[in-house]
Amino acid sequence: MSIHRHQFSRRSILAGAAAVGLTGTLAACGGSDDDSGKSSGPVKLTYWSWAPNMDKVAAIWNKKNPDITVTVSKQAAGKDIVSKLITAKKAGNAPDLIQVEYQSLPTLVSNDVLADISKYAKSAKSEFAEGLWGMVTLGTDAVYAIPQDSGPLMFFYREDLFKQHNLTVPTTWDDFAKTARAAKKALPNAYLTTFSSNDPGLFAGLAQQAGAKWWTVGDGGKWTVGIDDAATKKVAEFWGGLVQEGVIENQPMYTPAWNNALNKGTNIAWVSAVWAPGVLVSSAPDTKGKWRMAPLPQWSAGESVTGSWGGSSTGVSTDTKHAEAAAKFAAWLNTDPEALAALVKEVAIYPAATKGQSGSVLTPPAFFPNQTDFYDTAAKIAATTAASAWGPNVQVAYDTFSDAFGKATKAKKAAQFDTALATMQSATFTDMKKQGFKVTEA
Amino acid sequence: MTATPLKGSGRTTAGPLADGTATTVRPRRIRRRGRSAPYWFLVPAVLLFAAFTVVPIGYAVWLSLHKVQVKGIGLGKGARQQVWNGIGNYTAVFEDSEFGHSVLRAFGYGLIVIPTMLGLALVFALMLDTPRARSAKFARLAIFLPYAVPGIIAALMWGFLYLPTVSPFYYLLREFHLPQPDLFDGGNLYLSFANIAVWGGTGFNMIVIYTALRSIPQEIYEAARIDGASDLKIALRIKIPIVMPSLVLTFFFSVIATLQVFTEPMALKPLTNGLSSSWSPLMAIYDAAFLRSDIYGASATAVVLALATFALSFTLLRVSDRYTREDRA
Repeated sequence: MSIHRHQFSRRSILAGAAAVGLTGTLAACGGSDDDSGKSSGPVKLTYWSWAPNMDKVAAIWNKKNPDITVTVSKQAAGKDIVSKLITAKKAGNAPDLIQVEYQSLPTLVSNDVLADISKYAKSAKSEFAEGLWGMVTLGTDAVYAIPQDSGPLMFFYREDLFKQHNLTVPTTWDDFAKTARAAKKALPNAYLTTFSSNDPGLFAGLAQQAGAKWWTVGDGGKWTVGIDDAATKKVAEFWGGLVQEGVIENQPMYTPAWNNALNKGTNIAWVSAVWAPGVLVSSAPDTKGKWRMAPLPQWSAGESVTGSWGGSSTGVSTDTKHAEAAAKFAAWLNTDPEALAALVKEVAIYPAATKGQSGSVLTPPAFFPNQTDFYDTAAKIAATTAASAWGPNVQVAYDTFSDAFGKATKAKKAAQFDTALATMQSATFTDMKKQGFKVTEA
Repeated sequence: MTATPLKGSGRTTAGPLADGTATTVRPRRIRRRGRSAPYWFLVPAVLLFAAFTVVPIGYAVWLSLHKVQVKGIGLGKGARQQVWNGIGNYTAVFEDSEFGHSVLRAFGYGLIVIPTMLGLALVFALMLDTPRARSAKFARLAIFLPYAVPGIIAALMWGFLYLPTVSPFYYLLREFHLPQPDLFDGGNLYLSFANIAVWGGTGFNMIVIYTALRSIPQEIYEAARIDGASDLKIALRIKIPIVMPSLVLTFFFSVIATLQVFTEPMALKPLTNGLSSSWSPLMAIYDAAFLRSDIYGASATAVVLALATFALSFTLLRVSDRYTREDRA
């Protein structure tokens, strides 16, 4: 609240309170309750999703399945939906269907928001790569969601500037460091890219590529937190070194300044995921046709492993009275060819289902007219995605990342990157211990 | 958050009506019915007050005394239980140095904002009140206008202006080879936030003080002028002492708003590495409740902040009461 916003009269606050009360009741009316029982009338399902145009895909389903009607309720993305869902669950009115980011699955399962739909959805397993399916089962016999989209990491670079300055497209992280130095020499006002502290998802994906396992469950029924394991340390030290050296920028992503850097060519590459073209269209509109995508640099030459950044799944809540119908919709949405085509066309996602990643469904992104085999390359890269290991308090780890790495990147000190990682580890471990989880440190 | 201004609303409506009905033919019965009338008038206000202030506050206090207890690896049904935690969350608040720092940061910010904002507001109000002020109407509107800009939009707009690569100010600094300070760094952050608050809040406070100035009878000034007082002397010796209650009031509001600073740091946070997610006390509460999903700890912190604000307000009111009373005597 800003200093001048607070000087309301008593009356306006009272009126505001009344208005809030009103919307509260209205919102309650929009809930997922369906008192009609099983026999009478169509089943009505509510689907919380933040993806644009998801209602158009649901409309296809509604037309074909008059007995199960799905209504999409647009939500704020990612991290915001988690606390909202936990709160809704406490109130006993969580929606029937939920879009969930992979890293939030354990948190929601731990809060008993997501139902086990293995009874209805086991057959969907064959439609997905093993690593992706592992994320929605959490390594158990249960199935907590159906994978929807995935975000394999890739290396995006300005093809024109790389050619003009004789920069090599890195295949290993050693090369990446060399290219960063060469780029700084060739273009003193520019950087190869930035290390941002405001999106922990990218760092998690890079650690995943290096082989990190941040959360694991041992045989004894105990969590192990290993955020500062050797693999993650390697990643943190690598980027910290480059930031300290001054060849990688330290500014956050998704700011007007960052957009400007991409658009004006003062950031000439971006380690990002398959959805990058959609971001570049709006962040760097003047650079159409100048970018190219390559596989992510590797830790040892000849390897091909990537991590993932983002991606989500469709889950069924424990509050639903129609788990079977909801699971049916979730499976249809993410495996049916017509639904996949609509997801690609209307929602602009990169489908998680293997058959959605090839064929005529995916037309190359208009922003990359110079790379007509964009999605063929992407499918090959996606197949090399390393397994991820998420835990029940990812939010705490992510939150700590932003603060701790924010300080480190600002200071431009490699040693502080190490400290930041240790802070992340201890904050995550302490939080789990405080909540009563059986947990040890790696 | 505070909803304290609600208290006492609706209190005056019943009195006169009850007296009015007491004069009819059969006084005894009517009076009895009349006696209950005020309470009926109170019902809507009391209900709203209970539903939207008392119950939520009670629930927050109840939450703050509990915590979640996880069993085993905590997956699946029944893995989480809400258990009694006594004052555990409260001791955690006082042990958390980060929260203490956030309070200190808020005070640091207030030390810059409040004197600057109120000082400017007073100076502008006095200047507008002098008989020689020209185009006073336009100036008043121009100074007040930023107050009409929603806080979040103001913060975003200033955020753009603070970013070196997109800000026109930095463009000029570069062109003239002047030093380009990093407005998101350390101490400069306070100045950056304070600037937004001063820009947005001065107008409002100026209007409050100006209105008080306009209600001073002109005869006092005439008398002062006959005694040979200059405009400056009139301002210092007559105007400021008379508008003192308004100044105290605006100061009082500003202190509370300072403790609750949220919009500016929240809107600027994504633009920089230099701003932690618990920069101000309210940000720390928001972070705990909505990002870390620790409703229990967040409730405890909120209760502590509310009590501290209440204590501070109460003390300030006592002090200012005494001050104005002495002034009158």
